[in-house]
Amino acid sequence: MRLPIDPSIRARVDRIEIPWNPHGIDPYGVSKAHLARMYAMLGWLYRRYFRVDTFGAEHVPLTGRAMLIGNHSGGVAIDGAMLITSAFMALERPRLAQGMVEKFMGRMPFSSLWQSRTGQFTGLPETAERLLNDDRLLMVFPEGARGTAKLYWERHSLVEFGTGFMRLAMKTHTPIVPVAILGGGEALPTVANSYALGALVGAPYVPVPAYLVPVPLPAKMEVHYGAPMEFAGTGHEDDDVINANVEQVKRAIATMLRGRLRELGREPAEGLS
Amino acid sequence: MRVMITGIVSPIARLVAETLAGEGHEVIGVDRRGWEGAPAGVEMHAADIRKRAAEELFRKRRPDAVIHMATVTHLVAATEERYRINLGGTRAVFQHANEYGVEHVIFVGRHTYYGAGADQALYHHEDDPPMAVSTFPELADLVAADLYACQSLWRFPKLATTVLRLVYSLGPTGHGTLSSFLKGRYVPTVLGFDPLFQFMHELDVADAICATLHQRIRGVYNVAGPQPLPLSVIVRETGRRNLPLPEVAFQLMRGRFGLPRLPPGAVQHIKHPVVVDDAVFRKATGWRNKADEVRCLADFVRAFPPPV
Repeated sequence: MRLPIDPSIRARVDRIEIPWNPHGIDPYGVSKAHLARMYAMLGWLYRRYFRVDTFGAEHVPLTGRAMLIGNHSGGVAIDGAMLITSAFMALERPRLAQGMVEKFMGRMPFSSLWQSRTGQFTGLPETAERLLNDDRLLMVFPEGARGTAKLYWERHSLVEFGTGFMRLAMKTHTPIVPVAILGGGEALPTVANSYALGALVGAPYVPVPAYLVPVPLPAKMEVHYGAPMEFAGTGHEDDDVINANVEQVKRAIATMLRGRLRELGREPAEGLS
Repeated sequence: MRVMITGIVSPIARLVAETLAGEGHEVIGVDRRGWEGAPAGVEMHAADIRKRAAEELFRKRRPDAVIHMATVTHLVAATEERYRINLGGTRAVFQHANEYGVEHVIFVGRHTYYGAGADQALYHHEDDPPMAVSTFPELADLVAADLYACQSLWRFPKLATTVLRLVYSLGPTGHGTLSSFLKGRYVPTVLGFDPLFQFMHELDVADAICATLHQRIRGVYNVAGPQPLPLSVIVRETGRRNLPLPEVAFQLMRGRFGLPRLPPGAVQHIKHPVVVDDAVFRKATGWRNKADEVRCLADFVRAFPPPV
């Protein structure tokens, strides 16, 4: 049985700028039909379950290559899913945000299939570079699995950022849009990570919330896009130069997180500088 | 030009031979099998490329170019014999070519060289490593033959060597790995996976090989046609039925109940894509595929309608 899909979702999918072939498939295997089904499901979560508010959508370029660089929290990448949905629902012209996914996900049945058809590919520099050269919107969480492994009380902190995204952005002259996401940690308040259970299912770890079953709660989430940042260079610079640039992006995200937490009357985490 | 084609009896090699003969080239065909009704302009020799009779042909007929297509891809064929043909045969071709003044050798290889896996990039470039040796161990001899052919780029500098890595072919002859996989009424797939498959029309394969010969390009090139399609779409568009099996069941049922015979390593290639970037080949030769994916599938279905 197929779930009915809201015509407005279909209409927005039609507006995504992707070169479809007569079968509704792009050169990467992204399928229009699968996108519509994904957005129908995520759209419900975005509007009804997590009641996501998006701020600063005007900062995301509506055409051309760009990188969304965000912060992780909350056990599984709900924040990534809501960022993909935000880029679809909240922009003046919808865009497909293409995530760089952890390798283990592609080895799992169904996850592999849905990732392939919705453009959420295994995080490989070669694939990322190709997507950017094709003027796609890339979504990267430089904290990686370390970011989703944050425990509830660490949810507003930032852990070490990988630097690959910066070299790639400089090499491909791609503007970086820093993104601060709030609420992931509340949606899945992890109190421990089970690495043994993770090894059993082929994942780095399995998040364990206080209520034991890792199902997200309907916590309110927010997506804040910051002004695009551009970094000149070739991507072959010394680590010092790259690290300093990465630090700037990290600081931009931390500033947005800190500012919003203060507005909400919550104390930012230590080290959120 | 005098062109020797090894493995000429295979359907795609025949297409190459017919095209070249039609263009007025002298074609020398070498194959252990015979070709009844070979067109005028094709001189057939029933010989094994590893044996003395084949060397004698190089010595006496002095071809200007060799298109080496005598590799066995039937992965269920006896392994030892396949190794002898694919490795011994490739070595013999390059050694004779170097010794008897051949100017250009084209090795016709396969894109599966790159291997399939969850951590493999989409769109492989020619310098990507041959991961098939670990993802699909039964392909090891074909990978080794490809690498052996690559060696001649520096071992025999006077010889122009071209290594082509072609995607699956599809078309009316029904020859090749993908065609064989699609011939039955049911096509077994692995539940929860739906990889991209990259294929090109048989006529385009022959055309690309001929373009390589005419342009005499040196080096290693990926060759592809239209954009890849998910396996499920290929199955649907060829009128077949998709039979998604959990991986364990897939391994138990392959080759049984009328399902295609496949070696155990094939499962990675039914779960994950092998897709190549052919931009370098297109730039070097100016070649363009004539058939799009719709025509490739339609021509295959016309020749092989879904079994009732």
